[in-house]
Amino acid sequence: MSTTEECRAGTAYERVQAGPEFADLRRRLRRFVFPMSAAFLVWYLAYVLLASYASELMATKVLGNVNVGLVVGLLQFVSTFAITTAYVRFANRHIDPAAERIRHQIEGQVR
Amino acid sequence: MTAAQQQVGSVGLNIGIFVAFVLVTLVFVYRASRSNRTASDYYAAGRSFTGSQNGIAISGDYLSAASFLGIAGAIAVNGYDGFLYSIGFLVAWLVALLLVAELLRNTGKFTMGDVLSFRMRQRPVRAAAATSTLVVSFFYLLAQMAGAGGLIALLLQIPNSNRLGQSIVIGVVGVLMIVYVLVGGMKGTTYVQIIKAGLLVVGAAVMTAWVLGKYGLNFSALLGAAVDASPKGEALLAPGLQYTNKLDFISLGLALVLGTAGLPHILMRFYTVPTAKEARNSVVWAIWLIGIFYLFTLVLGYGAAALVGPEAIAAAPGGVNSAAPLLAFRLGGEVLLGLISAIAFATILAVVAGLTITASASFAHDVYANLIKKGEARPQDEVRVARMTALVVGVVAIVGGILVNGINVAFLVALAFAVAASANLPTLLYSLFWKRFNTMGALFSIYGGLASCVLLIVFSPVVSGPKSVILPNGGFDFFPLENPGIVSIPLSFLLGIVGTFVGRRERFNAEKFAEMEVRSLTGAGAEKAVSH
Repeated sequence: MSTTEECRAGTAYERVQAGPEFADLRRRLRRFVFPMSAAFLVWYLAYVLLASYASELMATKVLGNVNVGLVVGLLQFVSTFAITTAYVRFANRHIDPAAERIRHQIEGQVR
Repeated sequence: MTAAQQQVGSVGLNIGIFVAFVLVTLVFVYRASRSNRTASDYYAAGRSFTGSQNGIAISGDYLSAASFLGIAGAIAVNGYDGFLYSIGFLVAWLVALLLVAELLRNTGKFTMGDVLSFRMRQRPVRAAAATSTLVVSFFYLLAQMAGAGGLIALLLQIPNSNRLGQSIVIGVVGVLMIVYVLVGGMKGTTYVQIIKAGLLVVGAAVMTAWVLGKYGLNFSALLGAAVDASPKGEALLAPGLQYTNKLDFISLGLALVLGTAGLPHILMRFYTVPTAKEARNSVVWAIWLIGIFYLFTLVLGYGAAALVGPEAIAAAPGGVNSAAPLLAFRLGGEVLLGLISAIAFATILAVVAGLTITASASFAHDVYANLIKKGEARPQDEVRVARMTALVVGVVAIVGGILVNGINVAFLVALAFAVAASANLPTLLYSLFWKRFNTMGALFSIYGGLASCVLLIVFSPVVSGPKSVILPNGGFDFFPLENPGIVSIPLSFLLGIVGTFVGRRERFNAEKFAEMEVRSLTGAGAEKAVSH
């Protein structure tokens, strides 16, 4: 690599950051985690608001002594477990391989 | 109440099981001490734990006595509202999983300050990060130690009137904790957490199965029995018994869900694994263990209401916190009570040890090595300072624990969460995801979040309101809410933006920003595991 080119492009990290592969990795990660975070926070806040302002509704029986409040509360558990599983599958499939490739590019000049 | 009800269980058996726990953990701590050579060994266990080990240890750190005894008791007495707490505590882990854990592992070395100061001016940001780490850890520590007195009253049958006896036990717990931390470092502490978490989850699982078995595996029948036994009747199954101020409850909910990913002693655990992928695995393990555990406490809480009865629980020494131990006695007699009691004790010990190592690491690494020695400290000196700090923190914890013993300082845990959510989380998220965020922004959001949070607590009803246990006649309760989160968290996010604008003249460090962003996402150049 010529030295003039290196000067213009800055450090190795800056070159990688400016490259398309890294931009793609960053976009893919953010496109998953930002909407997902917004979704679970809204769903959690909705639950907190329901518990505060709609206790009548929450006390409505669904099955035996199990009421709406318990069902919605347990659904928070279910959604937490589901988002966890979904994220792990996503990261294993779409993040780890690309991250590893870029890491080897930076670290593994001698491989 | 009969004498048999007051004298629940056998003190000898409780102590015996606890001593057995201490001996077993000491063996692990001693073995761990043999590989404690470098700073990385002491602070981060040589980054040698697997994701599953670290995940179990995280749940050990997280499921404090407040989680186990407090939530089960709250459900038994106040029903559904206790359950609300556990949901906030669980959902909070998604913030850690999606936004923080892996990026933090890839970027930092030992402390939260490593990440926050990465592309900022080192000294002011590290000082701010260390301040907020020490404040959060101190509040959390004090709350744990204060709870110890109530537990002692319950488990060793040393009544609250016997201050000297309780103080001695607090002292013994503190000394043991110091030994764990000094001898075992992060590795030893982690083994203590793992063993404790294993016992806790298995113990709770056995009790849950037992309770459900009594009602023919019919959860609805259990709820019915709890309603019949409670003076509050059907209201036990719906929200609204404990939290009557709606805005306060929303504020608490916000602090719980955003606080976890800003707790320094939780963040530091992510450095004990070799890679970001293992950090992710540890959060996944923690989420499953913590979630399943909270489902157990739901059954245990209603089980205690049905089988022990809210009146008997409220009358017992230790009050609400005694629901789970009393249920254990009702189910399995002395032996199960002894086991559960020993686990509860071990819980305090392990959580306090984890907090101590975090506080000492932040002081030694951020303040001593980077502020005082300007990054020129020799690693062995840094570890020496960390050990000395651990000793000081331990002594402070013992003295503080004795002083606040008996005062209900449960609000300190909520305050620790509120400070973590206001001072740490906004700064962490901005520095990981916002390119233009700068030194001034970081200082504004850390100090602003910290100050607003502490001030609002000082002027809240918990300190000087009519129902306060601290200054009931103070009368300076200008702020109406018990938890400041709903004000201080948005304020801190806002201050981060304002500060960044104020400090916009600061030169943008493109080189450091590129290094941080690429490192955080790919793990290139991240701290590697130590091989022995």
